[in-house]
Order: sequence, then structure tokens, then C-alpha cells
Amino acid sequence: MAGHSNYVPQSAAAKWLESRLPVISLVRGSFVDFPTPKNLNYWWAFGGILFFVLIAQIITGIVLAMHYTPNAGLAFDSVEHIMRDVNFGWMLRYLHTNGASMFFIAVYIHIFRGLYYGSYKAPREISWILGVIIFLIMMGTAFMGYVLPWGQMSFWGATVITNLFSAIPMVGDAIRTWLWGGFAVDNATLNRFFSLHYLLPFMIFGVVILHVWAFHTTGNNNPTGVQPKTKQDTIPFHPYYTVKDLFAIVVFMIFFSWFAFYVPNYMGHPDNYIEANPLVTPAHIVPEWYFLPFYAILRAVPDKLGGVVAMFGAIAILFVLPWLDTSKVRSGTYRPLFKQFFWIFALNAVALGYLGAMPAEGTYVLLARICTIYYFAHFLIILPMLGFLEKPRPVPTSISEAVLKSGSGKPAGATAAPETK
Amino acid sequence: MSTMIKMVRSFATVAAIAAATPALAAGDAPHIEREQWSFSGPFGFFDRGQVQRGFKVYQEVCASCHGLRQVAFRNLADYGGPSFTEDQAKQIASEYTVVDGPNSDGDMYDRPGILADKFPSPFPNEEAARASNGGAYPPDFSLLAKARAGHRGFPWFVFDAFTQYQEQGPDYIYALLTSYPEENPACLGEDFSGYYNPKFLGGSVTAEECAHEHLTGGPIGMAPPLSEEIVEYTDGTPMTVDQYARDVSAFMMWAAEPHLEERKKIGFRVMIFLIFFAGLLYFTKKKIWSNVDH
Repeated sequence: MAGHSNYVPQSAAAKWLESRLPVISLVRGSFVDFPTPKNLNYWWAFGGILFFVLIAQIITGIVLAMHYTPNAGLAFDSVEHIMRDVNFGWMLRYLHTNGASMFFIAVYIHIFRGLYYGSYKAPREISWILGVIIFLIMMGTAFMGYVLPWGQMSFWGATVITNLFSAIPMVGDAIRTWLWGGFAVDNATLNRFFSLHYLLPFMIFGVVILHVWAFHTTGNNNPTGVQPKTKQDTIPFHPYYTVKDLFAIVVFMIFFSWFAFYVPNYMGHPDNYIEANPLVTPAHIVPEWYFLPFYAILRAVPDKLGGVVAMFGAIAILFVLPWLDTSKVRSGTYRPLFKQFFWIFALNAVALGYLGAMPAEGTYVLLARICTIYYFAHFLIILPMLGFLEKPRPVPTSISEAVLKSGSGKPAGATAAPETK
Repeated sequence: MSTMIKMVRSFATVAAIAAATPALAAGDAPHIEREQWSFSGPFGFFDRGQVQRGFKVYQEVCASCHGLRQVAFRNLADYGGPSFTEDQAKQIASEYTVVDGPNSDGDMYDRPGILADKFPSPFPNEEAARASNGGAYPPDFSLLAKARAGHRGFPWFVFDAFTQYQEQGPDYIYALLTSYPEENPACLGEDFSGYYNPKFLGGSVTAEECAHEHLTGGPIGMAPPLSEEIVEYTDGTPMTVDQYARDVSAFMMWAAEPHLEERKKIGFRVMIFLIFFAGLLYFTKKKIWSNVDH
């Protein structure tokens, strides 16, 4: 990371510090002088947006934790205390709950950007795998956070998900009891979920550092998928990408604020404003929207253990994606067939999300099964075969050539940047 | 549905409870009309008179069964609600009896309410409430306007994000209060002595005789609570069931979301700031990038 800095300390204090701990050149090498491909479009801004959302979640979360009580008898009322009596407590909580949804919106866009432009391919496999790990920890964090208000969906969502672990042969029941800290979802469960919900974001932060470190070692991917060759292909991160990312973050904040201030409960479930009651099962137990595609896969398999394996497999398969895609060409821009399958896959993922929200009956089950099979087929059959069947379009020899040739300032097929000359 | 039930059965810890889960009748879900509210949209606010009238309806009609345990008397004088004066709120509080203690003798004692107290609930616990209401449990009003919503479905829920539709709760409460039929559906039979409400989300008609009637809603424990002129309005507002239902729904929305007005006001300022800031950043970005071919 530090290797990219051409920083030479000038003042005596800077020289003193730099010779003992080269932190100035580390930061400069990573976020100031770092040579970045000059053709990154706005889909690349979601990395910065995600960093902003992570920090915002940590800050609002720390303040909320000052007012929240993780006790099964008090949790629900303590959230209402935050909503009613804490100064701007309603704002903190609505920013935090909607922030979780924003986090997933941004991360899904970020993942699909990586899928389209082949950001997972050599030499960036480690960046990609670290990203999948972040995604997994995020899901755990969000799931446990949703349990904390101790509403009906909190309680029953926790019951359904923790019960999944009992499907593991032999040790399933023991693992479930261990997760619960008892023989049902109760106070001990709430307590440990709160503890872990506070811990995991800092683990995410740590893995984010590794994620950035990895792709700063290999260099960013870019819309052409061609590695930078000369100095003309890159520009320093600051001021070019600091200002571009900041602009994107503020636009994203407008979107975020729309939900947090005007429709704060849009992405929530009304049942979660009813206090948890172990004796009353809601008619429909639905997870948060960002889990719905995986929930659909879980329910699509008629066998309980099979469903759990399929659901976790749907994420696990992402770990080996770099070796499943056989194409030598990175960017989807130059892959006419892949491009079409990419969009079918994206539609399929949205369809799975819709089916996850529907009751598991009749046609919905059949459709969920078809979509589940397609999800896995995309990775296990389509991607490996495309590398052999597809005839990619010619790839530019350099980023600069691609930029000059396209004239409009962007490679064909890349998403429009509104300010492009 | 059967698979869903099966899932719940296999997943839920208490198999007996899961098995007892009522299967949602395959019948039609009630359609909840969208009403006009002063508090909807980006500039929404609570009509002070309406919320005060709704509070009166609550006190005189609903409060004998329904609690309001999250709301404190001081909230009645807060900004963005019924906006009573502090003296009025004190007066209202003093009309309630609150259990306090223990005193120096170790006894609990009754005293008049003060601003810091929350509304005392009509029943000491759920069992007492059920015992007094023929087995039905009248839910607490504090959050009810956010805890109920009719099913929207695709594609309507997509539009709701853009049109800022967040009033499903009060729409439902209004629909429920104004939809009691004059007579129960004949197919429920002579023996059916309860009440039926076609908008009720918490029950379904299971009688086989009704299978072809496509009845929405279901049996409800609450008798029709409102009737013409049951509450005296002194400001000339019509004393009709429709008006009472609107007013109490608005009051319940305030009780569930007391900072709604403040939230929307701050939200608008946040929006203006962010849009302006984004504009400045856009031109800054354009200037900085002007010497780069990209």
C-alpha cells in the first residue's frame, strides 16, 4: 500500500514520525497518491459508499447502544424509549435500521459490478474472497441486529433461522442449544446477539482493510478489464477519486434520507411493532428483504437439511467463482454472450427475492425451484462453458486506447457517467 | 400454504403451538382504501384539533379496554401532537389514578397522575383483560397504527416508496371502525353471536357454509365501538361514526409516531442541504476532471 507514495517528509516532526512509523506515507500511498485507472465509472463509487455506510452504522449504533437495554423483558420498551424520549433518538434509530437496508442495496450493486466486470478474476481472487467474507459477516450482523428490538418478527425470525442449525446431522440439536444459550430463543439469546452485533461490525472493518489492501496490491480493476500499462492509464486517487466518490456518496445520502425521513418503516415489517410473544406465531414469518433470495432457495428444497445446504451453498459458491469462470477476458463489456447471461442472472436473483416473500405454495414453489436451479447452473454450467463457446470482441491494448477510441470518453457498454464530456 | 405450515411446524420449537397456528384462509384479503390524512406526504403534519378530538374519542370510548402505556401525560403538551398547554396536560393527568409506592410503611398507594406518568392501562395484565372481554385481548394503542397494515402486493408496494405511502395503519383502523355490517352474514348461522368485520386482519371465516361467499375479514371480539353522537364535539365538527373513526385514527398515528412532524420537517431541510451540496460537488468534480481524458 505504502509503495505507491512519492512522499518525502519535509518538516522535522514528519521526518521524526516517518522514520519510526511510516504512517504518513502509508495513508498517502493508499488514498492520496495511489495510481487509479482513469476510466472508472460510477459503479466503482459503491466501494466508497459502502465505507461511508459502515462508518455511519457504527456511529449511530454506538449511540443507540447507550440507550438500549438487551433484556427480553425490557428491550422492546427501551427501543420505544429511544423513539420517544431520547433526543433525536427516532432519527438515530431510523438511520440505523434503514442504514442496514442501504448497506445491502450498496453491497448488492457492488457485488454485481464485480460480476459484470470480472473483478473476481486473477489476480484479484483474494480481494473477491475477502469481499464474500465481508458479505457473510454483514448478513450475520444484520440478522442479529434485527432481533434486538424484540418484536414479533425479531423473535420468530431468530427462531426460524437458529432452528436451521438443528438440521445438521448428529450435532444439530446441541449446536442449536449452544446458539440459544438455553432451550428456546430467550433472554440469553438476546444478550449474546447484542454482544455479537456490537462485535461483528469491527470485524467487518478489519476485513475491509484487508480487502482494500488486496486490491491496492493488484491495482483496481476497471471497465475495460485491461491492466494499466503506462502512467497515462492512471491518475492519483486524490483529488480525482476523492471528489468523485464524495459526490456519489452525497447522492446516495439523498436516496438514504428519502427512506430514513419520509418512509422509515417501508422496509420493515408491521409485526415488529408488536412485542415478542413466544405463544403467538405470526401468520407469515418473513425475513428482511435482503435475505429473501436466500430464503427462497432454502424453501425451494423439499428437504430441511438440503434446503440449509442449498442456502449456504448459494453463498459458498461465490468463493470458488474465480475458478469457475474460464474466460480469459475479464470485462463483460467485451463478452457478448456473457453479457446476456449476466442480465438473466440478475433478473433471476430479483425473481428469487420476490418468491422469498411469497407463501411457499403452488406455483410459487415450482418457480422458486426453477430459479434456484438456474442460480446454481449459472455458476456451475454457464460460466465454465462460456469460456470455451464464446468468441469475445477484441479487447483494447490499453486503457488510454479504449478511452481515446470510444470518443465519448467511456468504453462501449460501460454505464454512462452523467458528467462525461 | 401447506408447505409454509410444514416449515413452521418443523422449525418452531414448540410443535404444539406451531400446529395450532391458524392457517390463513384461502379467502380474499380485505382491501383497505387509501384515505386522505393531514400527516401524509413530505409536508405532513398533525391537525391539532383532529388529534385533540381523537384523544377525546379515545378517552371516552376506547380507554375502558385499550391501554396507551408508552405515552406519557407530558407528551400531550409536546410539540407536534395534540399540543395541549402544560396546564391542560396536568389537568388531564390529575384525572387519572396512578399506583405509586411503596411508601415508608411499605404499602402501595393511589395518587392522582402527574405529567411524568404514563397512561395507566385499564387492566393489570393480559389475563385480566381477556377475562373481562370474553377471551379477546384488546391490544395496547401505543404502537397499533404502525403494527397493522393491509397487504399491498406487487406492484403497489413499489409505488409506495415513491409516493411516500406510510399510512397503512390509520387507513386500516379507519376501515375497520367504519365497516361493521348492519347484520352478520347469514351464512355464519343463527348460532353465531359474535361480531363480524369484513376488514379485520386478525381473523378469518372458517364456516364451510361461507366458502362461496368470498367473505373477507372475520369474527372480531370488539363490538362496534362507535355510534352517532357518542362523543360530544364542541367545535362544530360533525359527530358521525366516520368523523370519530378518522379522528381516533389520527390520534393513534400520533401516539405511535409522536415525532412524525419533526421528522418530516428535518427531512426536508436535510434534502435541501444534500441536493445543494451534491450540486456543488458535481461542478467541483467536473472542474477537477476537466484535464483528464476518461
